[in-house]
Amino acid sequence: MSTSSDGPRPLPTAEAAREAIETESVATLRRGPFRGLRERWNGLSRPTQWAWMLIVVVIAYAMPYLNFFPLSTAPGNDWPLALFAMAVYALVAVGLNVVVGYAGLLDLGYVAFFAVGSYTAAMFTSPDSPYLKIPYLWTLPLAMVIAMIFGVVLGVPTLRLRGDYLAIVTLGFGEIVRILATIIPAMKGQVGFQNVGRPPGEGPNGIPIFANSNGTPWYWLTVTILIIILLLAGNLERSRVGRAWIAIREDEDAAETMGVPTFKYKVWAFAIGASVGGLSGALFAGQVGFVNNQKFDVQTSILFLAAVVLGGTGNKVGAILGGAIVAYIPLRFTAVADYKYLIFGVALVILMIYRSQGLIPAKMRLMAYSRKAVEWVAPPKVPRGAEPPRTPTPRTEGGAS
Amino acid sequence: MNDENENLAADATPEPVTDPASADPIVDAAEPDIVPGEAPPLVEGAESEREIEVAVGEKLVEVKNLTIRFGGLTALDDVSFDIRRGEILGLIGPNGAGKTTCFNAMTGVYRPTSGDVLLEGQSVKGRKQHQITRMGLARTFQNIRLFGEMTALENVVVGLDARHRTSVPGALVRSPRHIREERSSVDRAMALLDFVGIAQHSQKRSRDLSYGSQRRLEIARALATDPKLLCLDEPAAGFNPAEKEDLMALIRSIRDEGYTVLLIEHDMKLVMGVTDRIVVLEFGKKLADDLPAAIRDDPRVIAAYLGVPEDDVA
Repeated sequence: MSTSSDGPRPLPTAEAAREAIETESVATLRRGPFRGLRERWNGLSRPTQWAWMLIVVVIAYAMPYLNFFPLSTAPGNDWPLALFAMAVYALVAVGLNVVVGYAGLLDLGYVAFFAVGSYTAAMFTSPDSPYLKIPYLWTLPLAMVIAMIFGVVLGVPTLRLRGDYLAIVTLGFGEIVRILATIIPAMKGQVGFQNVGRPPGEGPNGIPIFANSNGTPWYWLTVTILIIILLLAGNLERSRVGRAWIAIREDEDAAETMGVPTFKYKVWAFAIGASVGGLSGALFAGQVGFVNNQKFDVQTSILFLAAVVLGGTGNKVGAILGGAIVAYIPLRFTAVADYKYLIFGVALVILMIYRSQGLIPAKMRLMAYSRKAVEWVAPPKVPRGAEPPRTPTPRTEGGAS
Repeated sequence: MNDENENLAADATPEPVTDPASADPIVDAAEPDIVPGEAPPLVEGAESEREIEVAVGEKLVEVKNLTIRFGGLTALDDVSFDIRRGEILGLIGPNGAGKTTCFNAMTGVYRPTSGDVLLEGQSVKGRKQHQITRMGLARTFQNIRLFGEMTALENVVVGLDARHRTSVPGALVRSPRHIREERSSVDRAMALLDFVGIAQHSQKRSRDLSYGSQRRLEIARALATDPKLLCLDEPAAGFNPAEKEDLMALIRSIRDEGYTVLLIEHDMKLVMGVTDRIVVLEFGKKLADDLPAAIRDDPRVIAAYLGVPEDDVA
């Protein structure tokens, strides 16, 4: 992997480099309308942050009851089902964010893992499938494992590629899975699998709690899973794993030189992203109750990616927001649903011009105990004016003179 | 808790580019605790923690008959020298002499065409870069290559992670080892930042740091991998004379903390002032290998740097 070290790179003079850095460090000082908010949030103590997050979680669970005019998708679309779609997209975006946002690996075929998860749920629960049947809830971890295996199988040969080349290969992989679903007889192409399983439990009138038409329990299940995934992703983020991913995204060669086994961590990012994609696919298949090869096209992949970029690449809160928005807009404004790609395209172009970091461009916290570091820096500082000015020594030419 | 808030707020205030009080815009007013020319005090927690088998003064690294060819171009031709534990070795030469190529071969970026590099008798040949780093060879870059979106502290902890052993599942469930390593790494990283003199910027994104601080952060990050040999690739590039003085003091104190240093540098004053021994390269070949005083008077070195007077023309 000796692509670009600092040897062959055209190097500006040291003075020019210095000037560029000084200019850049002024230009990139954090700006934006949320700046004050974010600083206030980071300044809060951990218990206060947890209390606020608890309120957000309660609101999230109460969403199916907030079925009123400007927010609700009714009457065009059922509100709880729309919420479920938003939650699934949010989950997908969180998974894709691990690959694209953290490790900086552009994956244009993420829908493949979503498909793998969907087919896992369908083939192990649907009566149309001749294979072993297991309870639906068991297919969720199984879908994660199988998607993860696919992630590793795809990642090991391709993650030696970088940037655009990787994107092209993943794009191809997305298509391969869809086409395999069409041509392999066991996967039943367009006919698909009916009556995919659902979690157990029946209401008082004999209707299953997790009926296909009843979005609320599905939504709650997905939100619960989403919270668990977020906590786990947060654990990874604030560990050497998260730091390794961000280091790879920022400068892969430098990361390798600093002792990060870059290939290993890229495969891990792919595998973890894939498993979350598989999980969301299995949830989606369970709620819809029907899986065929029609849903897993390139457009869906691009939509997933748009969700991540829209929300803020590398930020899991942003990913949730992006995923929810991408699912919500076509369901809420049914009149424009046919133009959703046009709308998201224009929105992304505008976003890239004015706010290229996405809607929530928060910086990640990559350390579990970074608060401790603040104690290190002694509070009383020498006032700026009191410092004796440095006497610049006359500039002498270096070299053997 | 209030204090902590104020600290965070104070840290987030943007660093002023130009201090209106000073006429020289290069002087960085935000770094009050670096006094020119004076060695920073030895900081607790920054000393080398590595077990090194070789005794002080013995051969730590051996570069043996190292040859590197890029197609028809021989960048390094049969270069041999060794680095003794505890010394500061200077590697100098005119532009294109092969200094950085030699560095890259030692740290695994390039594969030697022939010859070998031994660290404590073990060959680094054929190993991956991250393995070589963990063996104990760390480097900085000629053109600064920090992880821009990370804070200064996080940059250093990436270096520390080279010595950590938490697995991905371990981090996922916050295993006891993970917690132990995370806790200790904050202290160690802050000690290293303090050592290079930028502890007060620990919570800033590294791309927002001034140029001088970025160079120092690169050194701290390399030290974090706890190297047996620290390779500095033109650490003074773009520095003014006062900053070069500071850097010389820093390099000396790095050695005093128990590290061995290999220094590539153009600036003869800096090299002569800080190194214990100097290897001179020219056109990919070793020209001389001696004490700084002897190198200064070596006619071949002077010729390489200043050119030979052509008598017949005169």
